[in-house]
Amino acid sequence: MATSLSSDRYDVIVVGGGHAGCEAAASAARIGAKTALVSMRRDMIGAMSCNPAIGGLGKGHLVREVDAFDGLIGRASDAAAIHYRMLNQSKGAAVRGPRIQADRAKYRAAIHALLGAEPQLDIVEAEATALDLASEGRTVRGLVLDGGDRALAGKAVILATGTFLGAKLHFGMSNHAGGRAGERAATALAQQLYAADLPMARLKTGTPPRLDGRTIDWASLAMQPSDGGDWTMALATEKRENPALFCAITRTNAVAHDIIRASLDRSPLFAGEITGQGPRYCPSIEDKIHRFGDRDGHQIFLEPEGLGDPLVYPNGISTSLPEDVQLAFLRATDGLEQVEIVQPGYAVEYDHVDPRILGHDLGVRTMPGLYLAGQINGTTGYEEAAAQGLVAGINAARLAAGQDPVRFDRDDSYIGVMIDDLVLQGVTEPYRMLTARAEYRLRLRADNAVTRLTDKAERWGCLSSRHRAFAKLRLAKLDTVRGVMTSKIDADAAEKAGIAIGQHRETRSLAEWLRLPGATAGAVRAMAPELRAISDDILDEAIEDVRYAPYLERQDREIARVGADERIRIPETLDYAAIAGLSNEMIERLETARPATLGEAGRIPGITPAALAAILVHARRRAA
Amino acid sequence: MAILSDDGATIFALSTAGLPSAIAIVRTSGPASRSALEALAGRVPEPRYAALMSLRDPADGTPIDRALILWLPGPASETGEDMVEYHLHGSRAVASKLLETLGKYDEMRPAEAGEFLRRAFLNGKMDLTAAEGLGDLLDAETESQRRHALAIAEGGLAARIAGWRERLLGAEARLEAVLNFSDEGDVGEGDESFALDAADDVHGEIMETLAAPPAERLRDGIRVALAGPPNAGKSTLFNALVAREAAIVSPVAGTTRDVIEAPVDIDGIAFVFSDTAGLRDSGEAIEEEGVRRARSVSERSDILFWMGETADAPKGDHIIILHPRADEPRRAAKPAEAALSVSATTGEGMAALRALLLERARSLLPREDQLALNQRQRLALREAADALAEARAGDWILLVEALRGARMALERLGGGGGVETMLDALFGRFCIGK
Repeated sequence: MATSLSSDRYDVIVVGGGHAGCEAAASAARIGAKTALVSMRRDMIGAMSCNPAIGGLGKGHLVREVDAFDGLIGRASDAAAIHYRMLNQSKGAAVRGPRIQADRAKYRAAIHALLGAEPQLDIVEAEATALDLASEGRTVRGLVLDGGDRALAGKAVILATGTFLGAKLHFGMSNHAGGRAGERAATALAQQLYAADLPMARLKTGTPPRLDGRTIDWASLAMQPSDGGDWTMALATEKRENPALFCAITRTNAVAHDIIRASLDRSPLFAGEITGQGPRYCPSIEDKIHRFGDRDGHQIFLEPEGLGDPLVYPNGISTSLPEDVQLAFLRATDGLEQVEIVQPGYAVEYDHVDPRILGHDLGVRTMPGLYLAGQINGTTGYEEAAAQGLVAGINAARLAAGQDPVRFDRDDSYIGVMIDDLVLQGVTEPYRMLTARAEYRLRLRADNAVTRLTDKAERWGCLSSRHRAFAKLRLAKLDTVRGVMTSKIDADAAEKAGIAIGQHRETRSLAEWLRLPGATAGAVRAMAPELRAISDDILDEAIEDVRYAPYLERQDREIARVGADERIRIPETLDYAAIAGLSNEMIERLETARPATLGEAGRIPGITPAALAAILVHARRRAA
Repeated sequence: MAILSDDGATIFALSTAGLPSAIAIVRTSGPASRSALEALAGRVPEPRYAALMSLRDPADGTPIDRALILWLPGPASETGEDMVEYHLHGSRAVASKLLETLGKYDEMRPAEAGEFLRRAFLNGKMDLTAAEGLGDLLDAETESQRRHALAIAEGGLAARIAGWRERLLGAEARLEAVLNFSDEGDVGEGDESFALDAADDVHGEIMETLAAPPAERLRDGIRVALAGPPNAGKSTLFNALVAREAAIVSPVAGTTRDVIEAPVDIDGIAFVFSDTAGLRDSGEAIEEEGVRRARSVSERSDILFWMGETADAPKGDHIIILHPRADEPRRAAKPAEAALSVSATTGEGMAALRALLLERARSLLPREDQLALNQRQRLALREAADALAEARAGDWILLVEALRGARMALERLGGGGGVETMLDALFGRFCIGK
């Protein structure tokens, strides 16, 4: 098909300009692949379609990890941030989560600027009509555009098309096909994917109404200020750029709940119009009130959408109730008595591809050259999307260059945890990152992403010279700090530095003192004056390393033991049905996820040690 | 998760079934096989030649057995690794003493079911027929797990584990809710005292359960030893106790040198009687050797009847001093320290002896309201308790990791679990999500 059309040639073609698509295109281009980013509307590239916040618990880790690969999301966040918060400040460094509120317009502008600065990247404004498949079957060789008028040749195609598959929007009881509100849905490509017989399932997601901030009585509400301090999302951001805005918090109440309860029959969720699986966590206010009827109120975070924008995002009340009900319950809420809705909330139902058909490189196993990233894989969230975009972008670029795929691991990153969860376990609800999913979270901190991942980023060719310089400098400073950790410090000096020395009167190493309460960056400088030029964030990372060291050593042994199973490969074409003793359920799960190693097989739910033994023997016998 | 492949450990297992028997074979496989053999036997014999060697506990020199040893260095061995085969006298006491001694080495651990086979396979030492056997193993394991699960369920362990797990899960979910969602929804901040309380309570209850007598005594029998100097009347009493019981299961004598064991069922309680019969013929230095053997047997027994001079009696709660041969003229007076005067010949004191035995036995067996735990269960509970002991280590994240570690250890026993269970609990209890 493509040969008959005038076609441009690319290494990597990315479809979709959301957070997954932008990150995929940028990372492929950064590595050196000639890359096209195809979007129906150039101006919508980099839009924040839902809440104007980036980061948070688990998600902040993902942002820092993508940033360690010189990704876009951290840099664009800093360019647009109008409010910074470090969550879980008091709960231990491993679960601290950096989060920012973004000015929507600045965020989009930052993404455009960053994409524009990639010499290997072209933006193509067109509708992706179909994959161009090699005539003999399922190998991808390009993309057909605009109903067949044009085509792009490409060695790899990444679909980062969000909720475009079978999307249905619900405004109250009326619904229609479409993606985001006001945009048309791309369905021709969808038909091709359905025809390719990929396993799919249906999910739903929702969004709250957008409010006119000029109609909110801010003075009556509790204000939430931005954090002080100077931390940023991206390593290479030198300082915070924008003035900080306040957020505000209000609460729903009994009157608002009564209004919602009385209207549940007009909610598509409860009237049975929506069949897609929603998450266990509450996505909609009607769900919250239905499931937690004893609660007398639910928090609403009023988040400004931008410095010069009156639009306010009321976080916590995503809803698909009819607009009149939305307005009525909002006006029953403190501070919102006069509020006007600019755009009502709505629910979206969509199909996603079962991510168990993907490898750890996010490539579709049965369609060489095709990669999937973002919501199409059943995830939710900008950060989850961006992280998948990075993984798909890197691997698509490597495929185009004839290199082997690369992967993230559960013990090096939240990215690795997420990809592993997706491709082995699949999803039953929109997947979002949680720190609880990471069994090695003591070592996977938001503050040490550069330390954990720079080596990989460098080896895979992901870093610009600017980022590399920042990373090298940081790692060198950390080395300096670590070199001082064995210095002997007497108890008086430790006490004077603010360490709670307790019963200790002996001379100990700096590291040993830092395991006691009172270990702060200031205390380190007081005990080791040669470190006085080192900034707080670097000293804090070193302190946390020392504090968790005994736990990490134990974990290292566990990782080493599990690592042995990770090195045992299972042939891709193993016939699980032929293995005696496996239950039908096990066979189905193993065939869907196609684990590449014995370790992966062990992480599939319901696969017992005895089943693993049988798989091992069978695999070896075949290999013999 | 189970570690299936080679984790570098040296594994050991009893490879023959159904003790007591004529011989028992214990095998080890892995790099520490050689050093363990050196420690136990003092040297390593010629490869692949059988050698008769004395085995002693390296910790205190206590004799374990004189055994036929095969040293099979890898890769020309069944598993492809260094292996040792210990052909022991087939008594429970001897086999379990060796297994226990091997288990004290850090680099050694008991083999999982089928693990010798798996290692053989990994090292390319197994043929197709043997490999097919693993399918059967899978079925067998399932069946034995099912039966085991049923048995334990009746004993109430499952219910207790479920209770602990629920308690830990609740605390964990509350902490995780705060750790993961403090910025959204109604999870509150709260303090962590509820979680510390849960950790302490469950820790205490696990320790209490671990203090209960082990299930092995129920299954394998209470070990009763008769000890004392030569001619004390041990064998006569042994024969009287064993021979006069109607419900003898299968009295099996070992060879002449060592212990003689006989399993006996008295009033529905399983006993294994052992007599250090060979002592009479041990040649010179009888007294020294006798004391040492008595100490060794004493360590391995649940009840020990001492039949010598009271001054020579070993010390311990499980020692019962008897005054044997009470029918002989010069032995009419019972010393104050002796619990009973007995005569196997006249039958004097035998009824009282059985009553005493049963009374002691009942105190050694788990009561009906107590849970009997086997070795695997004890290890998992110990792991859970160890994790909980670290709950107060510092910040929230370490606390929640302690709870998670304990819960996962319990789930390895009771099934279910994983992060999804915790998330179910979390999302079921807290209204979360912006």
